[in-house]
This record gives sequence, C-alpha cells and structure tokens, in this order.
Amino acid sequence: MEEFSLSRIYEMTAAELPDKVRNQEISAQEYLHSILERIGYVDEKVHAYVTIAREEAVAGAREIDEKARRGEKLGPLAGVVVAVKDNICTKGIRTTCSSRMLENFVPPYDATVIERLKASDAIIIGKTNMDEFAMGSTTETSYFGATRNPWNLDKVPGGSSGGSAAAVIAEEATVALGSDTGGSIRCPASYCSDVGLKPTYGLVSRYGLISYANSLEQIGPITRTVRDCALLLSVISGHDSRDSTSLRIPRKNYLKYLIGDIKGLRIGLPKEFFGEGVEEDVKEPVLEAVGKLEELGASCYEASIPAMRYVLPAYYIIAMSEASSNLARYDGLRYGYRDENDEGNFDEVFSRNRRIGFGAEVRRRIILGTYALSAGYFEQYYLKALKIRTLIRRDFERVFKDADVVIGPTMPLLPFNIGERIDDPLKLYMCDILTVPANLTGYPALSVPSGFRRGLPVGMQIIGKPFDEGTLLRVAYTFEQNTRYNEFRPPL
Amino acid sequence: MSGSRRIPVEEVRHIAELAHIELTKEEEMIFAEQFNRILEYFSMIDEADTEDVPPTFHVLDLVNVYREDEVYESVKGNEPLRNAPKKEGRFFKSPRIV
Repeated sequence: MEEFSLSRIYEMTAAELPDKVRNQEISAQEYLHSILERIGYVDEKVHAYVTIAREEAVAGAREIDEKARRGEKLGPLAGVVVAVKDNICTKGIRTTCSSRMLENFVPPYDATVIERLKASDAIIIGKTNMDEFAMGSTTETSYFGATRNPWNLDKVPGGSSGGSAAAVIAEEATVALGSDTGGSIRCPASYCSDVGLKPTYGLVSRYGLISYANSLEQIGPITRTVRDCALLLSVISGHDSRDSTSLRIPRKNYLKYLIGDIKGLRIGLPKEFFGEGVEEDVKEPVLEAVGKLEELGASCYEASIPAMRYVLPAYYIIAMSEASSNLARYDGLRYGYRDENDEGNFDEVFSRNRRIGFGAEVRRRIILGTYALSAGYFEQYYLKALKIRTLIRRDFERVFKDADVVIGPTMPLLPFNIGERIDDPLKLYMCDILTVPANLTGYPALSVPSGFRRGLPVGMQIIGKPFDEGTLLRVAYTFEQNTRYNEFRPPL
Repeated sequence: MSGSRRIPVEEVRHIAELAHIELTKEEEMIFAEQFNRILEYFSMIDEADTEDVPPTFHVLDLVNVYREDEVYESVKGNEPLRNAPKKEGRFFKSPRIV
C-alpha cells in the first residue's frame, strides 16, 4: 500500500484506515485533524457542510485512540469520519433539513443508522447541506445557500444529498450518508464522481430520517470507492423494530461480493434510458462503460420499459401527496420556526409559521400534494399514479426475467450551472427521469463513476433485483477495478 | 379532461388554506401559473391504460407488523421542551385556539 504523508492522510478510505487505527500506526485524532484542516481549506469554496460537530468529533476520536491503546476491540469503522445528510437525526447535534423551519432543532435521539455508525467506532464530523427537506436535485433550495460542484464551482453538485456527495469527493470526510427519495443519493454521486447506493426499500432503517415521501425513501452510502460503499452498507443495513417497514432478513457482509468477475452477467439496456432528452455527452461514456463490461464477460440486450413515459408525473404526484401529509406536523409549537407575531387564531399563526419557515419549493409541493389528495382529484391524480406504479413494477419484473441488472445513465444531463434551472420547477423535475423508477419499484440502484465529459463527471446507473445489492456491488467493483475512474480528484 | 381545466387563483388560495400555508397575493399569482403548467404536464397520465390495474400503495408485502411492547427509557425532565420556541414553566405555549 502506498505511504501517506502525514499532511495528506485525509485521502485514506474507510477500507484502509481502521486497521491502522487499531495498530496505532495512525491515531484517529491525527486523521480527524487532517480532515478538519482539509475542511478549513476547501469548504469555503464548496460549502458542503451546514454544521461541523468539531467538539463531539474530537472527543470521539480521543476515545477511540484510548480504546486502541488499552488493546480493546475496535469496530469495523474505527476512526472513519462520516458526513451525515442534515435530514438524519443526530442526538445533540442540530438537524435542520437545510430549512429555516428546523434551523435550531436539536434532536433528543439518534437515528438507527447513527447508532450503528457509533457502535462501529465511526466518527460523525458534521451535517451536510441539502435541498430543503430533500426536495430538489441541485442543493440550491437550501436555506443556507447552495453547495458547489467541486469539479467546477459554477456547476450544481446535484441533489438533494449534494453536500454529502461534494464533501466525499473533496475529501472533507471519509464517507457520507445520504437519503434517496427520487434519486437524491445517485444524482449527486453522479455529478460529483462518487459511488452512491440507494438500497432496496426496507433494507436500511428509516427511524430518525426526517420523512419527505416515506414510501419511496431510503438512507444509503456515498463513498469514493465501491469497497467503502459495501463496508458502510454492511454497517447500516439490517432489521430495526423501530421502523415497521424494515424487513426481517439476516444481516450481510457485503464485502464478500467484491470479486472482479462478471462472466455470464446479463445486462438489460432499456431503450428509454438512452432515448430523447438524454444528452450525447452522457450516453457516450455510459455506452462505452457497457462495452467495457461486455469485454469483461457480460452480455447485453436491448430492453424496454414502456411505462417510463409516465414515470415522472406518477413519481411527483406520489411524492407531493406523501409530503403534504408528512410535513403537516410542522406547526412551530413543540419545535420548529415560530414567528414573533402570535396574532390571530391558531390556524392563522400556524399558517404564518409555515409560510416563513418553509421555502418556495417546499410550499409548492405541500400545496400541490394537498390538491392531489383532495376530494374530486384523488382518483384522477393520486390513485392513477399508484396504478402507474404497478405498471412500472410489472415492466421491471418482466425485464428482470432475462436480466441480472439493468443499466443506463444516472442523469440525463451533465451538471449544469447554478441558477440555470432553479426558476422553472418543471424543467428541474425532468432531471429525475432516470432515477425515480428505482424509488417507485423499491429496487436497489447504484451510481458508479464512468468517465468525464467537458471536465465533468458522468455516472453509470446499475439497477438490480430486490435485495440483490450484492450483484450491484460486484458489477460496480469489477468496473471500477478495470477503469479506475475513482482515482480522479477535483482541482481544489 | 384535466389538461384543459385551469385552476383559478381562488382555488390556489383555498388549497393553501387547507394545507395551512399563508401565501402573499404575489405568491398566489405565481403559484397559480406554475401549478397550471405542472398539472398540465401531470395530466399526461390520463392516457395510460390502467383498467383492472390495482394500485401499489407500498412496495413491500407487509401487513400488520408488530413488535414486543418493551419499556424503554423516555426523554426526561425539561428535555421535551428544549426545542420549543415558546414555553411557560413546564408547558408548550400555544397560540390562541379560538
């Protein structure tokens, strides 16, 4: 293994660090300080973080070093520094959803994934910027200002987990957690050249994840390498009785799937993923990547998902409807934004708090969701969208009869300029066309770096059968080991 | 069908009231314009043939998930009030109800 000079130890991956911390070759404190220094140097440009939990992190690192000194057993993520999306509750560390509504909210408990990270001796370094309440694909709707793409500071980093994805590739954390409701892990992973995985619905506990559209979302890893992705997934996945949608299946060590062999793998290429609206600059590198997989022993065939035509409106109707219900709890009474002005009755005060506390996109989605669920429109919008959800599931089930994985681009466009699309909600929604199918079906999907065009990253999306994360990781690992796009870093 | 129907500003105001979100006059106009464009786009799902297709409310075939009713430590003392923007003594302070 190559030697790391002391000042650049922040470059280490989660797979490399824990052994060194255990053997006391590198202390968790040394490593943490190297990352903190890195944040001090680059975050002014990138703005990946909303909150840095310096004190808690330093105390955590000291404790891990003491354990190592005493020869106590250390967990699989010993010393690994994790950036956490700011919609995942962290006890004692404010959790804002990048919203004015929760600007001062300090959770009294940890999300299950955070408990598991801590039990594995990982260190939570801070909370990352996101689109407000995870509603967006650019991280521009954050109350705290936009995050910038580390590859080109004029471009969006993708979203809504843009802060997590930017922090990881800018080496401001070892790994990160994001959440994915309609592509919010995969989109920024693609735009920042990270590995990003949305697990199968039900694999990772949502307890402590602040809900936006609960039937669609999952927490998942954002990392620089496929190995780190597998490692992090092994820690955070598994049944949790506090999430009634968490499945009772045995916990797995996903590292065992990291073998560089895909001989005999059958790849379905839906023509809709390479059709109208998908840029040549995205298609080309992904088709090249598919060619590489063929060279390595996979076979491809053209597939079709006819219901793709309706996937975007169906997704948005369902997501907005669920949002209108999930966000009804924010009244500014027990927590959240409360205006100084308490004039008027309860409804008036409540409505004022919500106007000032929520940004425009959040209000737009709550109101549209309320409309889609209201008497007279329920069948036309919500119920119809749920039926289309069935059609999409059937299409994918049919394709997966012959295919082990489905492959296409993660995003239809290269990263675009900050400010370019934000004023036109519909134009922004269109960016999610290739990521939402995995949320509507619940299937796992992973984005892996697959090259660059015009100096900007392109991600390849691999969609798998339910609970077949192992195959996704095997394909991504084999690809990564044979291309090494994961070794590129942005010029910061 | 829905594509040809436009939502008037009054309806936007009404729905916003149901959702407990105050809108300024200017916002009502902007939202009405945006909603009409978004809903027109959504209306393309009308043409999908969904006869005899059941809805998928949820992707997992789970029904009636139970767990043991175990006692855990609960949040103590003034901790529940810690995030309350307005409080009085050991109580949340609500605006006037009627």
